[in-house]
Amino acid sequence: MLTTQFLLLGAVLFCIGVYGVLARKNAVMVLMSIELILNSVNINLLAFSVRHGSVDGNTFALYVIAIAAAEVGVGLAMVLLIYRNRRTIALDDLSEMKG
Amino acid sequence: MIATDLLVAQNVGFGIISLLMIIGAVRVVTVSNVVHAALWLVIVLSGAAAQYLLLSAEFVAITQVLVYVGAVMVLFLFGTMLTRARIGAESDLNNKNWFLGIPVALLMLGVMSYVIVDGFGSERLIENSGDMQPIPIQVISDDIFGPYLLPFWALSFVLLVAVIGAIVLARKD
Repeated sequence: MLTTQFLLLGAVLFCIGVYGVLARKNAVMVLMSIELILNSVNINLLAFSVRHGSVDGNTFALYVIAIAAAEVGVGLAMVLLIYRNRRTIALDDLSEMKG
Repeated sequence: MIATDLLVAQNVGFGIISLLMIIGAVRVVTVSNVVHAALWLVIVLSGAAAQYLLLSAEFVAITQVLVYVGAVMVLFLFGTMLTRARIGAESDLNNKNWFLGIPVALLMLGVMSYVIVDGFGSERLIENSGDMQPIPIQVISDDIFGPYLLPFWALSFVLLVAVIGAIVLARKD
């Protein structure tokens, strides 16, 4: 197995996630795209862990998974709050702080 | 050399799984039904777990299945069903400027692929892929509770604050 193949898979998933964050209007869909990005980072971390023969990459991948779980919890709570106040979760409508 | 290298079972598995993952990821960002997008995301996350197994990271793969496919997906489906009365297809999931995302993503992909191929080329991940041993969980726990204890503490606080914050945000009063 080559190093490049895992890094390229991570890059492809990262770019698809970035497209999703830019293109989607629904807040839940944006959170899903962020999950794609975090998973691509994890693939890179584990590939480098094997490449360097070190276990640190595994540790950091576990930390990233924990942070992602916390992020989804808070993010979905915010989405529920926005929905309760406005009856919509379209991110285009949240323009009060545009300046 | 390259031809025999391509036929290694690990490479075949990698190809099939990554193809599934990329198709699933593209469907997640293009499909017009939130529940379907969540189910496509399950395929991507399970594929990522399989890739972790290929990278001999058993513990991370199991954690991925437990946390992502188990907990996070349930949260997503709850979020979808609590915020949307409709379950069917929706036409207004995209921004009106959604097409601008395509050149941005393609440009990023081009730059990243160039840098990765330029930097690593055909370097092998490990000299003999048959030598890859699964990492014992004991080694990982020694790493977490040894040199990386301080980030672990910080992470516990982050999780605690996230739980309290989620309760405070979602509470009705």
